[in-house]
Amino acid sequence: MFSRDSWKEIFETIQKNKLRTFLSGFTVALGIFIFVVLYGFGNGLINTFDEFFNDDATNTFFIFPGRTSQPYKGYKSNRQIEFDNSDIADIEKNFAIFLEYVSPRVDRSGLVKYKNESNNYTTRGVSSSYQYAEKTMIMKGRYLNRKDILNKTKHAVIGRLVERDLFGIEESIGEYIDISGSVFKVIGVFQDDAGDDEERRLYIPYTTRQLIEKNTDKINQIVLGFKPEIGYTGAMAFERSLDKFIRDKKYISPDDRNGIYIRNVADQLKQNQQFAGVLQMIVGFVAFGTIIAGIIGIGNIMVFVVKERTKELGIRKALGATPRSVIGTILLESVFITTVSGIFGMLLGIALLSSLGDTLKDFFITNPYINMGTAIFATVILIFFGGLAGYIPARRAAKIKPIVALRDE
Amino acid sequence: MIEIKDLHKSYKMGSNSLHVLKGINFTVDEGELVAIMGSSGSGKSTLLNILGMLDVADSGEYNLDNVPIKNMNETKAAQYRNKFLGFVFQSFNLINYKTALENVALPLYYQRVGRKERQEKALKYLDQVGLKEWAEHLPNELSGGQKQRVAIARAMAAEPKVLLADEPTGALDSTTSYEVMDLIQKINDQGNTILIVTHEQDIANMCKRIVHLKDGVIIEDKKIKQVRAQQYV
Repeated sequence: MFSRDSWKEIFETIQKNKLRTFLSGFTVALGIFIFVVLYGFGNGLINTFDEFFNDDATNTFFIFPGRTSQPYKGYKSNRQIEFDNSDIADIEKNFAIFLEYVSPRVDRSGLVKYKNESNNYTTRGVSSSYQYAEKTMIMKGRYLNRKDILNKTKHAVIGRLVERDLFGIEESIGEYIDISGSVFKVIGVFQDDAGDDEERRLYIPYTTRQLIEKNTDKINQIVLGFKPEIGYTGAMAFERSLDKFIRDKKYISPDDRNGIYIRNVADQLKQNQQFAGVLQMIVGFVAFGTIIAGIIGIGNIMVFVVKERTKELGIRKALGATPRSVIGTILLESVFITTVSGIFGMLLGIALLSSLGDTLKDFFITNPYINMGTAIFATVILIFFGGLAGYIPARRAAKIKPIVALRDE
Repeated sequence: MIEIKDLHKSYKMGSNSLHVLKGINFTVDEGELVAIMGSSGSGKSTLLNILGMLDVADSGEYNLDNVPIKNMNETKAAQYRNKFLGFVFQSFNLINYKTALENVALPLYYQRVGRKERQEKALKYLDQVGLKEWAEHLPNELSGGQKQRVAIARAMAAEPKVLLADEPTGALDSTTSYEVMDLIQKINDQGNTILIVTHEQDIANMCKRIVHLKDGVIIEDKKIKQVRAQQYV
């Protein structure tokens, strides 16, 4: 069946029936191409998704104070909740077994000046462990350390874009900048995946900020990281007891939804992953449909091909073609065309995906890709079922009596 | 060479059954040139198709070269057709996307003859029908007579025991018809057994024996003095 002669015969048939070859090849190539591109777009969508939500470390809680909406234990409603340094100490004391780190956060926005350049930025007062929460990457210099916090040093870590805005191409490390009237020494430059807004920030020790603000001990928010070992259920339990602890301490009703708010990144991540999973399922379903449509397409063309060749097959049978060789001729031809054009469509799709990169980011598609295994699997499936779809009409053609086939016009 | 005993064949046309062959008995010896004559509907083409294993009889015996042709599956029938029989059709039935040479070589392909030998043999037979120069032409570049000569070369290429021709001159004008008949006579002179279905008396007269069919039975079977086609060419 696979002798050199039968291949030669097939190549001749293909060469001399260009339209037919083109039609069936085109269907297959298009089917695989659409599959690859669609699947790649699905992955690109998931990529965008991950980028949106996975910028921060996943073992992180953000605790935001609010304004109470219910009276509780003698306190009136509509009371502003505030955090101070003692809350940090209490959390560290009571939840030591869950905690990896805890950091306050005090945001102030104001004018930052260097020589003749100036601009408005958010300056964030944090402790040295805050770096883990935001997954901040240090490009040069260093981040804040414990000594900076303890000694209330006037050190600042500036964002990549802050450096670019104020310093241009000049070296920033060791230079002094003016933050809302106080002079700080630049000790480090960072970058952050989350984008421009994050990189237009400055980090200073929260203790320094408190010192500047008349030695207050107030803080805006608390950011903490739990030990990853406690897992998802552990994190949820930790969140509940932390919530209860703060409500008890600050006299907030357990039912008051506005008193405080804990943002649990792990919980959000789980929901996001579920959403991404649904997305992947939808994409998979559509891609599966494309493959089915492709198979039906080849099936149709094969029926047409066999119909068109009925008379020729009759002549061949009269000249001594066995049913096996009739089936073989049709099948080998269809599998050959399907394989070549399937691989062509697959490569074309992959080429398109890799050339896109970030260009479709506005449409929420980032770095679309398909892993080779999936692409090849889909192609093989299409070839296999394409062959099967060709086999059925081929077998019917082989069964037609030569005299009937010869009469066909 | 061919032995037929009490051959019956009927076609179902909806609820009716059309009895086409009603008990045919005849024998053909090696080297004969037989014309099967009859008006349309007499069953002559059906008989030829059964002889060519393109169709099967309902009942009766058929021996080809002392091999009983009975209850054959399609694969076996295909092999027998390839080995024993050559066909020439009224409408030529050449494969239109293959050149004359490729058409002639096709039965040899199914005999699993090697490519080179196939080409040589095919060219030899094309030369015999006088179309060596036309080997690389496609059927639609040939005239009717040339097409039929290619078809005859194709039928002969497999070196069959019996050549079956169904109205081989039906689509040709008389001059071309005589050229084709001349070719057939020459092939017969080499000792090949040939059966021709025709309804033209002058074509039949160029054979050595005429079998007359009417309404599914043989009404006349006689040997005649052959008219040579050469003199009309």
